[in-house]
Amino acid sequence: MPTLWLVVSVLVLAAIGYVLGRKRALQSANGNIRELHSLPIYYGLNVAFAALLPALGVLILWLLAQPMIIDSTVSGMVPHEAIPEETTLGLVMSDVRRVASGLDAAVEQGVMTLAESHSLRAEAADIRARLGEVGVALGAEVKAEVLQAAQSYRRMTATGTHAMTLVVALLAVTGLAIAYARTHKDFRARNVVERGILVLLILAASLAILTTIGIVFSMLFETMNFFGLHSWKDFFFGGIWAPNFRGDSELSILPLLWGTLFISFIALLVAVPVGLFAAIYLAEYANNATRSFAKPLLEILAGIPTIVYGLFALLTIGPMLVDFFGKGGLLGVEWMAGATSVLTAGMVMGIMLIPFVSSLSDDIINAVPQAMRDGSLGLGATKSETVRQVVMPAALPGIVGAVLLAASRAIGETMIVVMGAGAIAKFSLNPLESMTTITTRIVSQLTGDTDFASPETLVAFALGLTLFVLTLGLNILALYIVRKYREQYE
Amino acid sequence: MSDISQNGAPKRTGSLLSKDARTAKRNRAESRFKLYGILAIAVGLLMLVTLVYNIVSRGTGAFTQTFVTLEVTLSEDKLDKKGNRNLDEIKKVSTFGYAPLIKDAIGKEVEKLGIQTDLPAKKQAAILSKSAAAQLRDYVIANPDKIGDTVEFRFLTNSRVDGYMKDRVSRDSIANDKSISPAQLDFVDQLVAEGVIVKSFNLDFIFGADASDQRPEAAGIGVSMIGSLFMMLVVLVLALPIGVAASIYLEEFAPKNWITDVIEVNISNLAAVPSIVYGILGLAVFINYMHLPMSAPLVGGLVLTLMTLPTIIISTRASLKAVPPSIRDAALGVGASKMQSVFHHVLPLAAPGILTGTIIGLAQALGETAPLLLIGMVGFIASNAPDSVAGGLLSPNSAMPAQIYEWAKRADPAFYERAWGGIIILLIFLVTMNTVAVILRRRFERRW
Repeated sequence: MPTLWLVVSVLVLAAIGYVLGRKRALQSANGNIRELHSLPIYYGLNVAFAALLPALGVLILWLLAQPMIIDSTVSGMVPHEAIPEETTLGLVMSDVRRVASGLDAAVEQGVMTLAESHSLRAEAADIRARLGEVGVALGAEVKAEVLQAAQSYRRMTATGTHAMTLVVALLAVTGLAIAYARTHKDFRARNVVERGILVLLILAASLAILTTIGIVFSMLFETMNFFGLHSWKDFFFGGIWAPNFRGDSELSILPLLWGTLFISFIALLVAVPVGLFAAIYLAEYANNATRSFAKPLLEILAGIPTIVYGLFALLTIGPMLVDFFGKGGLLGVEWMAGATSVLTAGMVMGIMLIPFVSSLSDDIINAVPQAMRDGSLGLGATKSETVRQVVMPAALPGIVGAVLLAASRAIGETMIVVMGAGAIAKFSLNPLESMTTITTRIVSQLTGDTDFASPETLVAFALGLTLFVLTLGLNILALYIVRKYREQYE
Repeated sequence: MSDISQNGAPKRTGSLLSKDARTAKRNRAESRFKLYGILAIAVGLLMLVTLVYNIVSRGTGAFTQTFVTLEVTLSEDKLDKKGNRNLDEIKKVSTFGYAPLIKDAIGKEVEKLGIQTDLPAKKQAAILSKSAAAQLRDYVIANPDKIGDTVEFRFLTNSRVDGYMKDRVSRDSIANDKSISPAQLDFVDQLVAEGVIVKSFNLDFIFGADASDQRPEAAGIGVSMIGSLFMMLVVLVLALPIGVAASIYLEEFAPKNWITDVIEVNISNLAAVPSIVYGILGLAVFINYMHLPMSAPLVGGLVLTLMTLPTIIISTRASLKAVPPSIRDAALGVGASKMQSVFHHVLPLAAPGILTGTIIGLAQALGETAPLLLIGMVGFIASNAPDSVAGGLLSPNSAMPAQIYEWAKRADPAFYERAWGGIIILLIFLVTMNTVAVILRRRFERRW
């Protein structure tokens, strides 16, 4: 890891800079701290930051940009004739990368000399066999163009890494030297250091924006690729989800969306009444002892990882439902074939969402002004009449917001449906059948051996983007409603 | 005004002390409503109890395992025919070469104890795990000087025998099972009576590695625990400083303008993005674009960092906000700069709250599974614990929840027990972390 050593040496340089800068400042003041503009620590930090920050910043940017630049240059070198039918440039490029890393491994293990690896010709040497020796398996014989591209890929990577090391080291040393030279008792070190820290803080805060941009763009690009390979009409308006590897897959989101919404609906059917009544009881009826006992216990349900719920669905609730509705079950009907079904996943997801609904509604009910309750009770209404006719209407927008948030949670939930819902994409109204959801299909299309040039894999990104947009829309709507409602009483 | 009451309620007659029908009805509605509330809470608590009962009752079995103690003669003519103790030649003997030794050992044990059985020797040895021969081979390779001696070994039994000892397998349930027969179970009963087969605590489940899907009895969660540990390390090292820095900027320095608003809305939305979307992000950015190694805890840690950041930022901002402005004013008043007032005074006072939020964020990250599936941290991956920090970060590994998912997917019901057992360990970690968070909050929380 040369990059790691580069970082370590820059850090060491910064530490040395700290000591030097502090010393020089004290010297310029003849050892009298009072003569300094800032505390001695700031002079040290100033030199350390000057050595560290530009160097590390350039390093990070370089690491991000280099693969992109090399990729685009090298893929420009691959002639169009070299791309066989039924594959794309991306596939050829992944071959190129694999050959390049194979050659690297061969040199590292001493099977090949460095010079030999550069002068290899596809016609002369059996590259596939030789790379096989070092544990790099290649699918087919290496073509001359691919080998050439791989070699220039390696050359450019090596040059790039050398240049990067040089530039970073130079930046660190220059930064240290300049800051060291500027260190003097009248230098306003604290102001400079604080400005530097502020820039770092701003960078950290903008990481949130970067994440969002990353999410959107990473999915958007691959979704574009997907729509290049597969018609968008079939994706949004087709009726069948049937991926296969013969190249005529039908990939429509509608059956998946139906499964997702059906399961979420059942989950809300469980979670909303239970959660809402629990919240009403806790907010309006329970005494302090009950409240402080029941509330944290209910909230434990929210802290349990979803994998636990998934297992609970697969191994407990599913078999239990089969005992009722399955073959030879208690009801004597044969409605359920296996443990996975919409009802299984929906019920368990509902249990998971109970505390979510109850604690959100609890906050909202508590935010309703006491005067409204007092007014109603003073007119002779019973407590339940007050809740139903005064508190609930007042809290309704907030509760709708809470339910929307819970719905967005349910739509994006993965593990419970992966383990409890099944894998059959269809439109059906029977909750005892197994159905599949958007998240389940994302997992199954992206795990195992994936080929990022086939629509069957890329569809996962289109599904992910749809999911993201769907949940984001629900969240924004819910937050808007909740916020608007809060303003009403504040 | 007076006509309002005339419309609805019927005119009241009779004594105020006796309830009329309408009041009784209203009172009944009242107690019904209250009952619904109690029922709702009872349902919630009942689910919690069912869940916990399920986990404990089905998972504790994973912590015990059935063992057979046998004295094996490591005969020289089978393991080292030339007798020169050359390690390379000893290594050439495959696990098949060790199987006869085990068969002999069982035969001898049966003879010594005088057990009457007409089970053929091969079937007798079949009650042992497939890992027994490998265990023997590893021992011999580690101690070649023991060849020729008789050594006592503790072997795992196979998962059916283990299931029989734990009442998971009965003579009825194995009717169509090819890997075990009722006669073998009779033999097991005889060995149990003699004390050769015992059920005891299984440390290997907590510290061992996962095993292939043929040997559920040998599977452990230890290596994936290390994977989780490295991921949490990455999350802690990245998410805590970045989260605190972002919160300090937003809470203390950010001017009120539309950029700040956008960042704030963004963070609250990121907190609600489904976790699987972060998995897609990790796959696209860290693996496909940056070419970081697949299945590496480093990548898992990076993905979980992005996922936990909003949680940490939100709780850190809340605890920064809780520090009263008078502290800042006092610091500024004695000549501190804005930056000094924040870093020297506000941040230390907010530290317990920040720490609590961080621990809760970490606990959330520890239990997360979905994004890990997409970056390849699932499947039978690592059979050894990593030997260095760099190896721990970069070599393929699993994580506890992903390991549990992997077990739940396998066909053999013996793995389900492992999955529940894994959940117990995972929950122990989570409960500990949350308890620490609660204690920290109770101990250091200041009310101003």
